[in-house]
Amino acid sequence: MLEVSGITQIFGGVTALDSVSFSITRGDITGVIGPNGAGKTTLFNIISGIYRQTAGTVTLEGKDVTGLSPDRLARLSMVRTFQNIELFGSMTLLENVMVGMHTKSSSGLLACALKMPWSIAEERRIRAGAMKWLEFTGITDLADHTAGSLPFGKGRLLEIARALAVEPRIILMDEPAAGLNSQETLALAELIKRIRDLGITVVLVEHDMELVMDICDRIVVLNLGRKLAEGTPREIQESPEVIAAYLGDDD
Amino acid sequence: MQFDQILQYILSGLSTGAIYALIGIGFSIIYNATGIINFAQGEFVMLGGLLTLSSLELLKLPLWAAIPSAIAVSTVVGFLFERLAIRPLKQPTPINLVIITIGGSILIRGLAMLVWGKDTHSIPPFSGDTPIAIGGATILPQHLWILAITLIIIVINKVYFYHTISGKAMRACSYNRRAAGLVGIDVRRMVLFSFVISSAMGAIAGIIVAPLTMTAYDVGVMLGLKGFCAAIIGGMSSGISTVIGGLILGILESLGAGLISSGYKDAIAFIILLLILFIRPQGLFGKANSERV
Amino acid sequence: MTRDLLLFACFSLLIMLAPQLFTGGYLMNVLVFVGINTMLAIALNLLLGYAGQISLGHAGFFGLGAYLSGILTTTFSLNPWGAMPIAALVVGCLAYLIGFPILKLKGHYLAMATLGLGVIIYIVFNETVNLTGGPSGLSGIPNLRLGGIVFDSDVKNYYLIWVVTLMVMLFSINLANSRIGRALRAVHDSDVAAQVLGVNSRLLKVQIFALSAIISSLAGSFYAHTMTFISPASFGFNFSIELLTMVVIGGLGSIYGSFLGAALLTLLPEILRGANDYDIIIYGALLVLMVMFMPGGLVRGIPALYRKIVTRRGEAGHA
Repeated sequence: MLEVSGITQIFGGVTALDSVSFSITRGDITGVIGPNGAGKTTLFNIISGIYRQTAGTVTLEGKDVTGLSPDRLARLSMVRTFQNIELFGSMTLLENVMVGMHTKSSSGLLACALKMPWSIAEERRIRAGAMKWLEFTGITDLADHTAGSLPFGKGRLLEIARALAVEPRIILMDEPAAGLNSQETLALAELIKRIRDLGITVVLVEHDMELVMDICDRIVVLNLGRKLAEGTPREIQESPEVIAAYLGDDD
Repeated sequence: MQFDQILQYILSGLSTGAIYALIGIGFSIIYNATGIINFAQGEFVMLGGLLTLSSLELLKLPLWAAIPSAIAVSTVVGFLFERLAIRPLKQPTPINLVIITIGGSILIRGLAMLVWGKDTHSIPPFSGDTPIAIGGATILPQHLWILAITLIIIVINKVYFYHTISGKAMRACSYNRRAAGLVGIDVRRMVLFSFVISSAMGAIAGIIVAPLTMTAYDVGVMLGLKGFCAAIIGGMSSGISTVIGGLILGILESLGAGLISSGYKDAIAFIILLLILFIRPQGLFGKANSERV
Repeated sequence: MTRDLLLFACFSLLIMLAPQLFTGGYLMNVLVFVGINTMLAIALNLLLGYAGQISLGHAGFFGLGAYLSGILTTTFSLNPWGAMPIAALVVGCLAYLIGFPILKLKGHYLAMATLGLGVIIYIVFNETVNLTGGPSGLSGIPNLRLGGIVFDSDVKNYYLIWVVTLMVMLFSINLANSRIGRALRAVHDSDVAAQVLGVNSRLLKVQIFALSAIISSLAGSFYAHTMTFISPASFGFNFSIELLTMVVIGGLGSIYGSFLGAALLTLLPEILRGANDYDIIIYGALLVLMVMFMPGGLVRGIPALYRKIVTRRGEAGHA
C-alpha cells in the first residue's frame, strides 16, 4: 500500500535519515519504533508532505507521491495526526471534525456565501457525518465544547476523529499514546483495532512498547536514522540487534 | 557631466544609506533578541532630532550636551515602551505584537505632535555648512559626520556583541532563548537591553540626519520603514550585512530619484522591500530558514 | 441557524428605521460613512480575524476602487454601474496575483509587505496627476442613478449604502458559518493541521485576500459616487491603521464586531469635535489598551465584563 524507498534527509550538517526503505501492507497495523532521535517523526513529516526529503521516494497505492503537499495527499486518502496535537482551539469539537470533512464536500466560496440550496444540504450532511465520527471515538457529549479547553486525552481522541472524517485509506499516527495514562492507552488500542476493522491501514510511531507489541502486525525499527530491523512483533522482540539497540527501555 | 551627476547621487545616497543602516540595525537588535519587529523604531529617530532641538532652544544647552541628553531621554522612552507595552502582554501572538507596536508608535507620534506641533524644525549642522568638493560632486560636512559616526557605531557594535559578556549574552538569546535562560542569562533583562540599545541608536540616527533633512513629528514613519527595508536586505543581521543593505538602499533610492523621477523616490524603497520579501526573504546575505514541526 | 437570521433581520430593521429617528442632516452624512467603514472593516476582518493574515495596506484597495470608478466615470464617461464591477474585477485580479507571493509571508513580514504595497499605491495616486489629479484630487464624479432616482442627498445615499452594506454583512455571515469559514478559522488556528485535512491553505488565503480586496474596492466606488470628490489623503497609511483599529476594537472574527468598531471610530471624532488632531493619539491608545486588556474586542469583552461584575456582585451578596 505504502512504499518508502531510500529516504534520506540531511538538515544542515546532520543526517537525520539515511536511505530508509520499507513497505506497508494494506490493512495492517504497522508500528515504527526506535530510540529518541532515531528520525521517526522526520520520516512521518516526509511521508505526509510536510518536509521535502533530500533523496528517496514515497509511493502510495502504486502512485509516486513524493513531495506532494499535505492537502493533495489528503485527497489521495492519506492523513496523519500529530505528536503535539494540533487542534483548532477556537472551534468546537464538532466544528473540528467538520473540517475533517473538507475533502468530502465541495461548496465553494460563492456557493457558501450565497447559501445556495446544495450548499445547505451539504452542510447538513457534513454535520451528520462529523457527529458520526465523534460517536466512533466516544466523545459526543463534548460536541459543543471549545476544543481549546479539552483535557489532553480527549484532545487526542478529537484529533483522531477529525482525521477519520477524511475517510482515509491510510492513517499515520505520531505517538498517539504519548501523555495518556494506562487506562486511556488500553482504550486507544481498542480504537485503533476498530479503525483497522474499517479497512483503514494504520501506521504508528510509538514509544509505548506494550501497545506496539499488542496491536501491531508488523514493526519497523529505526535507529540513528537507519532502518535496523523489520518484522513481526515476535521477530523484533527476539532480534539481537534490536535488543542491543534499546529494547526493554522507557515508559 | 553625466558622471559627475551620478557621483553626486551616489555620495548623497551613501549618507542617507548610512542612516537607514543605523535604523535597520536597531530593528535587527530587537528582532534578534525578541522575535519582535518594533514598528515604533522610526519614532525614536524622530525623538532624537526633536529632543535635541528642545535641548538647544529651550534648555539652551550647547550642542555637545544637547545630543547626549536627547539620546538619554529617547532611551528612557524606549525603556518605558518595553516595560509598559511589551512586557505585560499576556498573549504575545504576532498579530497582537504588530498591533501593540503600531499602537505604541502612533501614541508616541501623537504625543510628539502635541509637544512640538506639526511644523518642521531644523537643527544647526555640527560643523558648519561649507560644501566640500569631491571629484565633480559636492558634499556637506554633515555628510562626513554621518559616515564617521555610523562607522564608529558599527565598530562599537562589533566590540559589544563579540567581546563583552552582556553582548555575547544577547547574541545567545537570539540564537536560542530557552537555552540562554537555562545557562543563567536573564532573558527579560536582555529584552529590555535590546530596546534600550535600539532606541539609543535610533535617536542617534535621527540627530545626525536632522541638520540635513529637517525634523518633524512624522518623520519617523518613512525613515522607520526604510530602515526596516535595510534590515530585510541585510537578513536582519545587526552587523555589516544590514549596513550594506542600508547603503544599497540609499544609493538605489538616490539614483532612482535623480535619474527616473523624484516623486516616486519613496516608492523605490518599498518596491525593493517587496521584491526582497518575495524572492529572497532571508536577505541578500542570510541563510534560508527551515521550520521544524 | 434561524437565530442568526433573526438577529440579522432585527439589525437590518434598526438600520432601515434609523433615518426616522435621527433626522439631523449632518448625522445622516456621518451614518453614510459608518456604512462604508463597516464594509471596509468586514473586508479586513475576513482576512485578519478569520484567516489570521495581517494587512496594513487595505486603504490601497479602497483607494483603487474609488479612483478606478472615479476615472472611468469622468475621463471615460462610463456608466457608474458599469465602472464599479470593472474596478472590482481589476482590483480582484491584482489582489489575486499579488496574493500568491505576498501570502507566503507570515506575521511581521506580511504586515510590512502589505504596508509597503499600500504606500506604493498611495504614491501612485499622488504621482499620476494626469489620471488622478494628484494631491489636489479628482472631482466631478457623478452620483449614482437607479430608475428615476438620483442619489444626491444624504438620506438617499444612506439607504443606498446601507442596503449594500447589509448585503455584504449577510454574505460574510453566511461565509463565516460555512465550510469555507471553518476552513479559514482552521488555517488560522493551525495551518499545518488544516492542510493535512485537505484544505489548500495557500489557495484559500489568496481567495480571501482577493475577496477582501473586491469588497474594499466596492466600498471605494460607492465612496467616490457619494462624495463626488476624492483625494489621495483619504487612502494612505493612516487610514489603513484606522481600519485595523476598527477591526481590533470591534472584535476579530466577528462581523457585528466590525460594525461596532466602524461605528465607534467613525462617530468618535464627531463626538470629540474640535479635537481633530487628538484622534491619532486616541487610536494609538485604544489599540494598545485593547490588545492588553480586551484582546477579543468589545463584542466579546463587554459581555465578559458584564458577567464578571454580575458574578462578583453575587459573591458579595453571600459575604
